[in-house]
Amino acid sequence: MTEPAAAVVSIQGLTKSFRTGVTALENIDLEVAPREFVSLIGPSGCGKSTLLRIIGDLVTPSSGTIRVNGKTAHQARVDHDYGIVFQDAVLFDWRTVSKNVSLPLELLGWERARRKQRVAELLELVELTGFESSRPWQLSGGMQQRVSIARALSFDPALLLMDEPFGALDEMTRERLNLELLGIWEKAESTIVFVTHSIPEAVFLSTRVVVMSPRPGRISETIEVDLPYPRNAMTHEEPRFFELVTAVREALAAGHGGRAARDTAPAAEER
Amino acid sequence: MTSTVVEPIPAGFGREIGGRLRDWVPAILVFFVAIALWEGVTTLFDVETFLLPKPSDIAQAFWDDKGTLWDYGLYTFKEAAGGFALGSSFGILMALFLARFRALGSALLPFAIAANAIPIIAFAPITNNWFGLLNPFSKMAIAAVLCFFPVMVNTLRGLTSVDVRSIELMRSYGAGELQTFRSVRIPSSLPFMFTGLKVAAVLSMIGAIVGEYFGGPTNALGVSILNDTQLFNFPRAWAGIVLASAFGIVFYGAVALAERLTTSWHPSSRGFRGE
Repeated sequence: MTEPAAAVVSIQGLTKSFRTGVTALENIDLEVAPREFVSLIGPSGCGKSTLLRIIGDLVTPSSGTIRVNGKTAHQARVDHDYGIVFQDAVLFDWRTVSKNVSLPLELLGWERARRKQRVAELLELVELTGFESSRPWQLSGGMQQRVSIARALSFDPALLLMDEPFGALDEMTRERLNLELLGIWEKAESTIVFVTHSIPEAVFLSTRVVVMSPRPGRISETIEVDLPYPRNAMTHEEPRFFELVTAVREALAAGHGGRAARDTAPAAEER
Repeated sequence: MTSTVVEPIPAGFGREIGGRLRDWVPAILVFFVAIALWEGVTTLFDVETFLLPKPSDIAQAFWDDKGTLWDYGLYTFKEAAGGFALGSSFGILMALFLARFRALGSALLPFAIAANAIPIIAFAPITNNWFGLLNPFSKMAIAAVLCFFPVMVNTLRGLTSVDVRSIELMRSYGAGELQTFRSVRIPSSLPFMFTGLKVAAVLSMIGAIVGEYFGGPTNALGVSILNDTQLFNFPRAWAGIVLASAFGIVFYGAVALAERLTTSWHPSSRGFRGE
């Protein structure tokens, strides 16, 4: 176990260049404390998804240091220190909902009875009790994504990495899942790093919004979100919420516009 | 489906079969119309039997000699099934091996695809020489080689065309290569593998019959068909061909059924189940 005060994610001077010559990330410094909810926001090509994958040891950085839970990113991955949720639910059609949720537990060698009990808890948490034996394709997009979240939480990881998890959903479903996610975050006492395109979503969810700018991907500004928790549907109507949304939007425009003027190179596709 | 309320037929299996049968009505109708047309044309124009015998004569020829022909068919089917089992198993194992050692796979796959275009059936006289005309293994060998390539190429495609996210997900759990194969690659390759197996089922019967055309024991269906044509007993030769086709269709059907049962989750299988 690591010291409770130690950062869950600690990144210094991290750079990532692809073989194509594109610099996806340049000189990134980022610390994420336990129980934080940090959103990475920025336009396409700013490397936010790449940064998330570097934290998850799915992509290796070119230079710089990264520690996850006080270990190397590789060790953290092997130790199951994080759960990941992608934009697509990535559920396996040949498994039922409960079998999808219990997949990581099977890999960890949990006994059947213990798995079954844990899956029941998780499905209750994401409000999918009764869908245990449904198949993924029988569920709506929002429900599929809840299964994917339950799966990521199954082994109780200290860190949850989310890559635009609600990006493909309609606005109504997205707002409901945002509320649910905050509830889960409070109950599970985990730390979340969340990649998003949506400014209101980032402000609504996060303790801190990290604004990134493209080509090469850098952190241009960090905005503390001082809205009190628990947040609810009314949070969207508070004046402070609008102020923060505006602040993030301006930070994005500054990061983007400042470079766009002298940047004539074609946009490098993210990943 | 709207009739559920008025009709007293209980929902469930029986009705599903009924619904499926109704889907088949046009095909069955076409079948009988075609047979009737065949019978009519051959009778009306008095077509010589060596050109095309009447369906009724073919049926008669089969009926007169059904025990013998059935035994011949079974013998040939066993050769085909043996070759299928052998060739498909090797095909699947080879695909697993090449998917695991990707560099080797990309070096060998072009050859496998090229080999797929070779008329393998041309080797039938060679395998007859290798294993002996009367040895059923000479036919199994040609059937096995025919089955090997489509099964191998399709299975390999299934094993390697897995969604990148699925692989990333497994990596995020620290899963090893073996676990990723067991939990992701193999299940998602099953629909591809069955595509290969269905092709192989048909090819195995072709391989066995054609192998027998180049020589074999007298109790083999291919040899019987060849002998009947040489003795101008065309209705019986046709009866043999129809029997061979029936075995081929049943074999294909059995593989397709196995596919339904093991990959019921796949979009191609779930369609007919309806709401």
